[in-house]
Amino acid sequence: MNDVTTNSIYIKEKKPILEYLVEIIFVICALIAVLAVALITVYIISTGVPIFNVIGAREFLLGTKWDPANGQFGIFPMILSSIIMTMGAVLVGFPLALLTSIFLTELAPPAIGKLLTILIDLLAGIPSIIFGLVGSVIIVPFLARIEERIFINSPTHIFTGGANLLSAILVLAIMILPTIIKVSSTSLRAVAKEIKSYSLSLGATKIQTIFKICIPTARSGILASIVLGIGRAVGETMAIILVSGNVVNLPLPFNAVRFLTTGIMAEFSYSSGIHRQALLGIALVLFVFIMTINLLLHIVIRRGAQNE
Amino acid sequence: MNDLIPNAKIGGNIFLDGENIYRRGVNLSLLRKKVGMVFQSPNPFPMSIFDNVAYGPRIHGIKSRKLLSGIVERCLNDVMLLDEVKDTMRGSALRLSGGQQQRLCIARALAVSPEVLLMDEPTSALDPISTEAIEELMLRLSANYTIVIVTHNIAQAREVADYIAFFQAGELVQMDTTAKILTSANPLTREFLMGNSL
Repeated sequence: MNDVTTNSIYIKEKKPILEYLVEIIFVICALIAVLAVALITVYIISTGVPIFNVIGAREFLLGTKWDPANGQFGIFPMILSSIIMTMGAVLVGFPLALLTSIFLTELAPPAIGKLLTILIDLLAGIPSIIFGLVGSVIIVPFLARIEERIFINSPTHIFTGGANLLSAILVLAIMILPTIIKVSSTSLRAVAKEIKSYSLSLGATKIQTIFKICIPTARSGILASIVLGIGRAVGETMAIILVSGNVVNLPLPFNAVRFLTTGIMAEFSYSSGIHRQALLGIALVLFVFIMTINLLLHIVIRRGAQNE
Repeated sequence: MNDLIPNAKIGGNIFLDGENIYRRGVNLSLLRKKVGMVFQSPNPFPMSIFDNVAYGPRIHGIKSRKLLSGIVERCLNDVMLLDEVKDTMRGSALRLSGGQQQRLCIARALAVSPEVLLMDEPTSALDPISTEAIEELMLRLSANYTIVIVTHNIAQAREVADYIAFFQAGELVQMDTTAKILTSANPLTREFLMGNSL
């Protein structure tokens, strides 16, 4: 009888104090990260909203004139520039990145694949200011020559010396490569070997198998990689401020442009009053962009999980 | 397909219609069209049932919808799946049960009109009822196709095979009609049969 009770699994467990302490430390650590997000959200919203009340949302978001000295705070060109730049970078970078990840996962000999992976990781770790510097030394002069040739007889074109939207797109396209390659090659690698074998066993070639089986199967991961690339592109500042000319303009390829991020960067340190409020308003717009992209990412991933 | 396995060791020759498949210059795509394969675990492509079966013919250049749906219907009928999926043909193949998926894989292999059907332990991932359905299917299909099946299950071999080849550690030990193998005097074969029946 005694034996049975001491053996029972219902005897109340005594948790050592240390156990509790460690648990609490974990919770506190987790809370700090959550707190940071909450603080940023509160701060961005509380400082970003006033400008909407001062000059009105319409004037602020859709206004086309940005002239702080004369009290004009329209950020529409910057919003448009950010969107066009991001789309351009993804349009140029995504095909490159997708084909690279196909090469990495399906075609490359193991040694070369490993080497490439290391180099791509390296690319991801390069500080963005370096991208900007290299871009301004290589891409900007190159585009300057093209610009001269195209607009040689144009009476209205304002020459940018190569520092324009196109330069920013090209620099950014290279910067988002590692992000897209990483995520899409992970999802390509997750395609079951058996499915590929089946495709080959039916007489399909390697390339047919890649395009008809691997890519459709890895679709949701590839979509997620695009969204992540977009997120990376929208928020980039340092690299593109050096190559984009930094003038508020409509986003045409050979126009010097200013983006949401570079707009804040260029003026925040000396701003005050309404001007400062307007810059904080830009930060809020950027914040909404990023949040929307993250939400999109969640939806893409969730939908992908459901399909499996 | 063994060229995809790193360090696979190949010895001997295999002749198909009098042609050695291990000779240089063999057209792998044509060879794989002639030899259908069914693997251990059912692995439909993540697409509709129809597209799964139509995949092979499409790869080999058949585009006509009428022709394709004819092939799909015939092949699904051959594996006795047609009645079960008639109304869900456009639905995802991943929603089928394991046994249905394996029959779909067989139908998919049949769709390129192979001469030989290679089956690598086609029932080892299935429950007994699905296993029986597949075994019956193999017997029916053997009227029109040469089927080569790999199995560790002697009862299954006895059930479906006309000839048995017994391999051990990569070497062919003995090959003969099913009846002769099962009563063979070869010590290695005997040992395997005894061990298995215990």
